[in-house]
Amino acid sequence: MTETLLGARKVRKEFPGVLANDDISISLQPGRILALLGENGAGKSTLVNILFGMYRPDEGHVIIKDEIVDLRGPDEAISRGIGMVHQHFQLVPPMRVVENIVLGAEPTRRGLVDLDEARTRVIALSERYGLEVDPDALVEDLPVGMQQRVEILKALYRDADVLILDEPTGVLTPQEADHLLGVLRELTETGLGIVFITHKLREVLAIADDIVVLRNGQVVGETRPSDTDESDLAEMMVGRNVMLQVEKSVSRPGDPVLEVKELEVKDDRGQIALDSLSFEVRAGEILGVAGVEGNGQRELVEAITGLRAPSVGVMKIEGEELTGESPRQITKKGVAHIPEDREKHGVVAIYSLAENTILNRYHRKPFSIRGILRRDVIRSHAQDVVDEFDVRTPSISVPASSLSGGNKQKLIVGREFSDDIKLLIAAQPTRGIDIGAIEFIHRRILEQRDKGAAVLLVSAELDEILGLSDRIAVLYDGKIMDVVDAQEANREQIGLLMAGITD
Amino acid sequence: MRPRQKQLIYAGLTAILILIWIFYSADDLQTTAVLAGTVRAATLLALGAMCGMIGERSGVVNIGIEGQFLLSAFAAFTIASMTGSLFMGTLAGVGMGLIMGWLLAAMAVGLKVDQIIAGTVLNISALGLTSFFYDRSRSLGIGKYTNIDLGPLAELPLVGTVLFSRPPLTYLTMVLLVVVHIALFRSVWGMRTRAIGEHPGAADTVGIDVLKLRYFNVTIAGGLAGFGGSYLALEAVGTFSRAMSGGRGFLALAVMIFGRRTPFGAYAAALFFGFTTALQNQFQLNNTFDIPPQFVGMLPFVVTIVVVALSGLFGSMRDPAALGQSYEKG
Repeated sequence: MTETLLGARKVRKEFPGVLANDDISISLQPGRILALLGENGAGKSTLVNILFGMYRPDEGHVIIKDEIVDLRGPDEAISRGIGMVHQHFQLVPPMRVVENIVLGAEPTRRGLVDLDEARTRVIALSERYGLEVDPDALVEDLPVGMQQRVEILKALYRDADVLILDEPTGVLTPQEADHLLGVLRELTETGLGIVFITHKLREVLAIADDIVVLRNGQVVGETRPSDTDESDLAEMMVGRNVMLQVEKSVSRPGDPVLEVKELEVKDDRGQIALDSLSFEVRAGEILGVAGVEGNGQRELVEAITGLRAPSVGVMKIEGEELTGESPRQITKKGVAHIPEDREKHGVVAIYSLAENTILNRYHRKPFSIRGILRRDVIRSHAQDVVDEFDVRTPSISVPASSLSGGNKQKLIVGREFSDDIKLLIAAQPTRGIDIGAIEFIHRRILEQRDKGAAVLLVSAELDEILGLSDRIAVLYDGKIMDVVDAQEANREQIGLLMAGITD
Repeated sequence: MRPRQKQLIYAGLTAILILIWIFYSADDLQTTAVLAGTVRAATLLALGAMCGMIGERSGVVNIGIEGQFLLSAFAAFTIASMTGSLFMGTLAGVGMGLIMGWLLAAMAVGLKVDQIIAGTVLNISALGLTSFFYDRSRSLGIGKYTNIDLGPLAELPLVGTVLFSRPPLTYLTMVLLVVVHIALFRSVWGMRTRAIGEHPGAADTVGIDVLKLRYFNVTIAGGLAGFGGSYLALEAVGTFSRAMSGGRGFLALAVMIFGRRTPFGAYAAALFFGFTTALQNQFQLNNTFDIPPQFVGMLPFVVTIVVVALSGLFGSMRDPAALGQSYEKG
């Protein structure tokens, strides 16, 4: 009888400047689900990459089936029965499901790939585990939930006894996520072991048999769902008492600030991403836009901030039509934007913090006069932003790339909030940052609302939407399914809307 | 392939056959000459296009085909002239192509040099080296490859001359088209090659060594271009002259794109471009138009520009997703 299906013993891994894993030991038993819980940067990914043979530990060992092994690459981990479902799916979009599943372990006949044999095996596998797929569909045509199923089948096809899933529910609706948890539970009944990586406390409590909490590269807690609860886990994760829910007052909405009428926007491929969208956001309220990513959120934010011209429709801010205007014209009207991708649209990585704080105002007095930047004004402005928004940095002269995700985000928020703003567009404002910074940014967003700004909050995190919004619009396939009052909203109802189900 | 596309292809083929028949009834000698010239010009383009597509399918752009043609043609010619053996010359051409492919791989895959720059290095060094070592007094001595009649098939009117009475490397190229097609779309190698060009990360996680496979593919593809160089020097022309590849390595890239990075598609495109070349030759030979020959000679290149510019109209053609990007693990 195997004791440890997959484990780490005193694993240590150091990257330049970071101790990613420090003396970590874990052990997964057959038929059990081990949840690895931790914030971004806690060392989860490093640990998993070590278990999967992508990295080699500096010290310590990986254990597979009670045996100390020295993995030289993922192929060796695979051949020893470790299967991994990556957070970003590792599928080749223009290839068929069956080709993706067998890639790297292709059945052959007379030297050529035997796709018939592959198809037979895939169908048998999907029947055995109740994971239905169309083997001949192109992966790029499949919805994300189905792509994830392909990833799981890919691992099972290679006779995995262990499945490692990295943040598997991030891209799913709540119902799809529940379904996945059910599938995983069934898989364990065949003796499979599962390592489940997440930062979502609810899921951990729902699915895990054993919980390991990581912080700063160390194991800070080991427990079981029956012995703990959400606030306990959050405290372990962060290392101090945290408020999971920000307190907020009742909103007193005023006049409409943002009005969108029958907006049609095309995506990069020229397909319609937003289909005749109409809504408004009033002063002093937060309109949350819920939905699985890729249903038009990005195009919506880009259209409103002027980064993408709508093909049809009208967008007004405080009654003035600004459809198709440049970002600068729109910014001038008092629009602040926390972009979805902070590395790409939020900061210029090689610029200093000081320079980054004036990206939206460098052309104005007093920051520049007749085209010449005024260093002293800029530096004092930057220092104010850094102080007020608690950006942890040794100096305002270091490049933005030296900041952690949370501090970068605070810098962006600080830059955007340092004027009086009429409208705030916040896209995924807390993605991938630590709980402390999340709390901070949530409070600041509410503060803007209470000062009378209209806020459009776009987020894939349903908890964030439910916690902050006054009204919630659910976006599905480029259309608003419904707008509900946040006080009457519940997860199930929103989740169904996110899946495009209205009744 | 969608049924509509298939219908279009059949309709196009029928139209072409009818046109050929009309022209053949009007002037059989000229028609035969133009079509034979079409196949001759298409062979080199098809080889270059296959070289390009194996690279690009694996995610590596090869704009050095021109240089690979040229230096391989030089090697083939020189060795054939020294040994008196066309076969040895051909081997030398292929060998030189492999070396240049390996060189491109070393730069673009191994050292992660920008792929366009790496290809340019091949082109420039091939031109420089061949110009420097070019020996005007050297000649092939032995004749170039001669036509081989395929028995009674060669006696057929028109197609007999155009298809079944060709020199050996042309036949071999046709075989290679089939081989590369099967290899790319049916073999394990082909499936992995397409995967590393689209999503190298995915291939890596299932244990495919992306860098090794790219190295191998770019090298092998160089061999195909080298074969093209041998063809150029020992079969099409029968000698070596400065810069004799004359831009056809670049034309081959257009052919590859127009043929959607498939061997048969590329051959169809190569025949089309070959046709413009053959037509242009015939015009010049007969002095059809009373304009300077340089302008008539522009025909294939003008057509290239127009066709590539318009190619977007023939349905979407998507590049491999990882094309031009070097791969970093992790």
